[in-house]
Amino acid sequence: MLYREAGQFKTTYADDQALLPIAQDRIGLLLILIVAFVAMPMFASEFFLSSIMIPFLVFSLAAIGLNILMGFAGQLSLGTGAFMGVGAYSCYKMTTIFPDLNILIVLLLSGLFSAAIGVVFGLPSLRIKGLYLAITTLAAQFFLEWCFIRIEWLYNYNDSGAIEVPQRMLFGLAITGPHATPITRYLVILSVVAVMTLVAANVLRGRIGRSWMMIRDMDIAAELMGIRPLFSKLSAFAFSSYYCGVAGALMVFFWLGSAEVESFDINHSFLILFMVIIGGMGSLTGCFMGAAFIWVLPVILRAIPTAFELDILAATMEHISSIVIGVLIIFFLIVEPHGLARLWRVGKEKLRTWPFPYAN
Amino acid sequence: MSANIDIAGMSNSETQTGAQAQADAKEVLLSVDNVTLTFGGVKAISDISFNINKGEIRAIIGPNGAGKTSMLNVINGFYHPQKGRISYKGKTRKRMKPYHAASSGIARTFQNVALFSGMSTLDNIMSGRSLKMKRGLFWQILHVGPARAEEIEHRAHVEKIIDFLEIAHIRKQPVGKLPYGLQKRVELGRAMAMEPELLLLDEPMAGMNLEEKEDMSRFVLDLNSEFGTTIALIEHDMGVVMDLADRVVVLDYGQKIADGTPSEVQSNQRVIDAYLGVAS
Repeated sequence: MLYREAGQFKTTYADDQALLPIAQDRIGLLLILIVAFVAMPMFASEFFLSSIMIPFLVFSLAAIGLNILMGFAGQLSLGTGAFMGVGAYSCYKMTTIFPDLNILIVLLLSGLFSAAIGVVFGLPSLRIKGLYLAITTLAAQFFLEWCFIRIEWLYNYNDSGAIEVPQRMLFGLAITGPHATPITRYLVILSVVAVMTLVAANVLRGRIGRSWMMIRDMDIAAELMGIRPLFSKLSAFAFSSYYCGVAGALMVFFWLGSAEVESFDINHSFLILFMVIIGGMGSLTGCFMGAAFIWVLPVILRAIPTAFELDILAATMEHISSIVIGVLIIFFLIVEPHGLARLWRVGKEKLRTWPFPYAN
Repeated sequence: MSANIDIAGMSNSETQTGAQAQADAKEVLLSVDNVTLTFGGVKAISDISFNINKGEIRAIIGPNGAGKTSMLNVINGFYHPQKGRISYKGKTRKRMKPYHAASSGIARTFQNVALFSGMSTLDNIMSGRSLKMKRGLFWQILHVGPARAEEIEHRAHVEKIIDFLEIAHIRKQPVGKLPYGLQKRVELGRAMAMEPELLLLDEPMAGMNLEEKEDMSRFVLDLNSEFGTTIALIEHDMGVVMDLADRVVVLDYGQKIADGTPSEVQSNQRVIDAYLGVAS
């Protein structure tokens, strides 16, 4: 009843092509943004911000990166973790070489290195498709992990082999390093993720995004319509890796504080792959849903015993949460193989016509 | 050509463009000379020559496996023939890439519907405008100013095609869920969006019922007379071919066995033999 666009007439193409043509969606997004930017920093606890919201946003951004490649351009990749690593290490190198450069600029530049590496490992996509391509990106994963250990220059010849985030200031406020408060780190990440999501949405609805989807849905037809697969596929790899790289840099600089090669291993790639599959391929909203499902839900499940003062061992709770999450993944994939985003869209369609499902 | 797309003011200019098409009917748009295409030891096309005049509807017919679709694939640069030349608009190219074919005004539809199934009807037809959109990454990211203006300008053009094909009601629907007949129509719209000079239609009426075939025939004729688009058509329904085509070329086992007006082809003994078989 509430979710109905009746009476919202569009008289120009510009209105009709708006990102959110339906007023209820715009109000909903506004509410989410107000909660995220105002209510969260005011009311949420430090624990909630630093171990739920910050990782959630980082993973959402990484999932957007992978989703651009998998869901929109149709190229499988298992190297997400490594591409995030490239972003993190290049961010670290740049900020130690140029300590005075604004950290946000360094952050955005570090994605470029990741994009370049992504293009190199995207080259096989011109000849091979699907699962076979996934295997070649696996090569990227292992090769880059090897680089992160063996090339000592990358971590400034540390004995520990880890990168330690130095303190960097923005407007006289510590935003990275041990003295940065969760609230500032959260707000920086939130701003970066919000802007980059908007950019992704814009690119995806324009000419470039359309060319990716053309390649995804029917590559031969796309080629005969004048899309050059070389440019289209490699630009998708570049764009996707850029997002993954920035997400990796955000992860180390604003969440973990220090990182070794283990932070970017194959499990990490799988984690983000699951987020994309559960959330919904080819949907930006799905990325956030998938990240919430895979990351936030287990944290909440593990917090249940302490909240209700139940006498359950932490290890037992760990197992229970794995079981519950596993069952839920199977359940949701049976109900809707196209992910939570599709479920959400179907729900909205039903709401539009409720209570007269045939009045369409 | 693009200026003529205004549907409302069409009735006046219709006769003019039709007459004009007649006048320069002799101008050759595309000519195929001695083309041979082999896959390993299999000769798909052997030593075929024919031409397509500007403004005509040219049918390519033949039994299954005659090499008709291979011929279209050669014309728009997807296959590269081992021998022979193809001249388009007077220019001869040894190897043509699909990108060059598309940007010089050759568009096509496919035998099996090859729509972008995850996208809406509107986006499918918009994708036909890809080559005409020029704004770079910077404006795409901001999606304001020039990029937005460009998007709206092309949307207006696409809406005219949607009107022409009478598919306004399915504008926002994902094409994967549409019935077959409408999918074929959307595919024609997508090819039209490229504003082609030469449109290759690969069995546009396959699997349609009579009514859908009649609709599609009307669209093909209108497209030819109103926009002056030259059309090369592969079709198995002989009634449709004989009614629509100005000239017909007949292939069998990769060889050309007849070329001429529909009535000439119809009475050609070799064509009759190819279709009905010969008692040896």
